[in-house]
Amino acid sequence: MEDSTILTVERVSKSFGGVVAVDGVSFHLEKGELLGIIGPNGSGKTTLVNLITGFVRPDSGKVIYQGKEITGKMPYKIAELGIARTFQMVRPFYQLPAFKNLIIPLYSPRVKKLRGGKYGERDDMAVDLLEEVGFERDSFVPYKMAASLPHGYLKRLELARCLALRPDLLILDELFSGMSMSEVASTLPIIERLNEGGLSIIMVEHRLKELFRIANRVIVLNFGRKIADGPPHQVMKKEEVKAAYLGSEGET
Amino acid sequence: MSVRYRKERLDRGIKARCEDIFALSSYREMLYLLLPRVLPVIALLSLPLLKGVVGLYWEKVLVVTCAIALLALSWDLMASVGLVCLGQALFFGAGAYLTGFLNHSFGWPPFLTIPLGTLGGALFCTLLLLPVLRLRGIYFAIVTLTLPLLLARFIETTKILGGNVGMSGLSPLPGIWFELYVPVVALLICLFGFRRLINEDYGLVLQGIRDNDRAVMSGAINIYKLKAQAVFIAGVAGAFAGAFMTHYYQFVGMPAFALDYSILPLTCAVLGGVGSFAGPTLGAFILVPLSEILRAFGTLRVVFYSTILIICVVGLPEGIFHYIQRKYHQFERLVEVG
Ligand SMILES: Nc1ncnc2c1ncn2[C@@H]1O[C@H](COP(=O)(O)OP(=O)(O)OP(=O)(O)O)[C@@H](O)[C@H]1O
Ligand SMILES: [Mg+2]
Repeated sequence: MEDSTILTVERVSKSFGGVVAVDGVSFHLEKGELLGIIGPNGSGKTTLVNLITGFVRPDSGKVIYQGKEITGKMPYKIAELGIARTFQMVRPFYQLPAFKNLIIPLYSPRVKKLRGGKYGERDDMAVDLLEEVGFERDSFVPYKMAASLPHGYLKRLELARCLALRPDLLILDELFSGMSMSEVASTLPIIERLNEGGLSIIMVEHRLKELFRIANRVIVLNFGRKIADGPPHQVMKKEEVKAAYLGSEGET
Repeated sequence: MSVRYRKERLDRGIKARCEDIFALSSYREMLYLLLPRVLPVIALLSLPLLKGVVGLYWEKVLVVTCAIALLALSWDLMASVGLVCLGQALFFGAGAYLTGFLNHSFGWPPFLTIPLGTLGGALFCTLLLLPVLRLRGIYFAIVTLTLPLLLARFIETTKILGGNVGMSGLSPLPGIWFELYVPVVALLICLFGFRRLINEDYGLVLQGIRDNDRAVMSGAINIYKLKAQAVFIAGVAGAFAGAFMTHYYQFVGMPAFALDYSILPLTCAVLGGVGSFAGPTLGAFILVPLSEILRAFGTLRVVFYSTILIICVVGLPEGIFHYIQRKYHQFERLVEVG
């Protein structure tokens, strides 16, 4: 049983001053599963991601990854173990070309170990990765300054940054927000393919329709508490979930 | 038939061919690119040759300028990683005292004490700063500002390493050419070495830490290890300046930790232009000689000095180097039309 679970979160809590951002949330993730995390604005989704990836230390509770406790470890240690995450707010290195943005993860000891990345090959690897997330290889796009790229490209650059690490668990914090319909449509199959290739994925999303097309299971947060866990359509039937989403339904 | 001309930017041909990749097609373009790199090297290397013309006093100024420029480079490297340092005197003092100590106690010659003092001093400073690498911005700055002052008081009260008298009568350097060329060559090595380093992948990661350390951490990179490495490299440049000056003055004392060595490099960097390494060097070659010239004005010196500094910083907030660089790229030539 231990073998098939990649991530276990046990009653983690975190409050900022008086605000309880995450309140005793527990869940687990099977290997190769695609889990959605949804909830209204400010319900603690990003904080939960930060708790798992080490950017925020929990007040209590445990995070266990591949059988090892990783609670409160430094973010780079957790990333080195194979958990990659995107940031909700994209902040690329604007003054660098898109492909040079990927040099940073490609420089890491993890990539050196996995790919034997040598000097000079990193640029090629970076362009390959960008192609994987839909940057047209033969255009100038991969070589353009990040500052001149549209938002949708920056979001996918963020995804490529994660894939560079060859992660075992990928956490996407609102990857689709700010993307156009067509960009979402072209990114969905990429994520699906990654998942079919055996990658475990957690997706924090506000765009429920798109999420439900690929997620086998979702958990719902409200005021930091987990209020539902199960297959998307079952979960959305729950009264509590409907009530939480009342009023914010329109924007999804 | 009259010939018509239009103006064209000199770098146009080079840049138009590809956004960032240079493609050279003539000697003129090659010269355009090489000149700004080669000229300063030639100028620096020929400065010591003017010994007979300008006199020993100005050669002494040259040595001091090189030392300050090294500290300014050291400051700029740390700033590239996002570490704003107000304590370059720490590096200078550590290098100076270790060198002095080795020479004073064991009688080792300069060609041994200077390298040992440089590496040992840099290592000492790195270890000292290790616990505060997690601090950011102003907090890191305050700690680095206090450390050299603290060490000076420590030496004074415990009376170790000569106390407030210092250690004098140290071995002199082996000759005037050595005295003049070693700092100049060291400065050139640091200048071009740092510029190279920061453009490598390693340097990109360092700058990444400055711009967005969370993104770097989520890329599975230990930012504290890299910060420590950068501090060590910056420390080598700073400690070398201290180590060399110890033997140059044949003396080391509490002035090695003086505030001047912290503030002056910072001023040079800001005046010359942060983040280019060439800027801080240029800044040092303006400010140090300037402050020597102003000595003639006695106490009014500080007033003039500060006024000039303020005018420069307000007038050219980007730094002199970046200004010149921009203007250089805008050079135009006349080309025949039709
Ligand atoms: N660093 C912080 N300091 C103080 N309060 C914080 C911090 N981070 C989050 N919070 C608070 O914790 C709560 C949960 O925030 P969080 O960003 O996790 O929500 P979210 O579900 O990701 O929201 P959104 O859908 O808008 O992204 C909010 O009330 C927020 O104000
Ligand atoms: Mg969020």
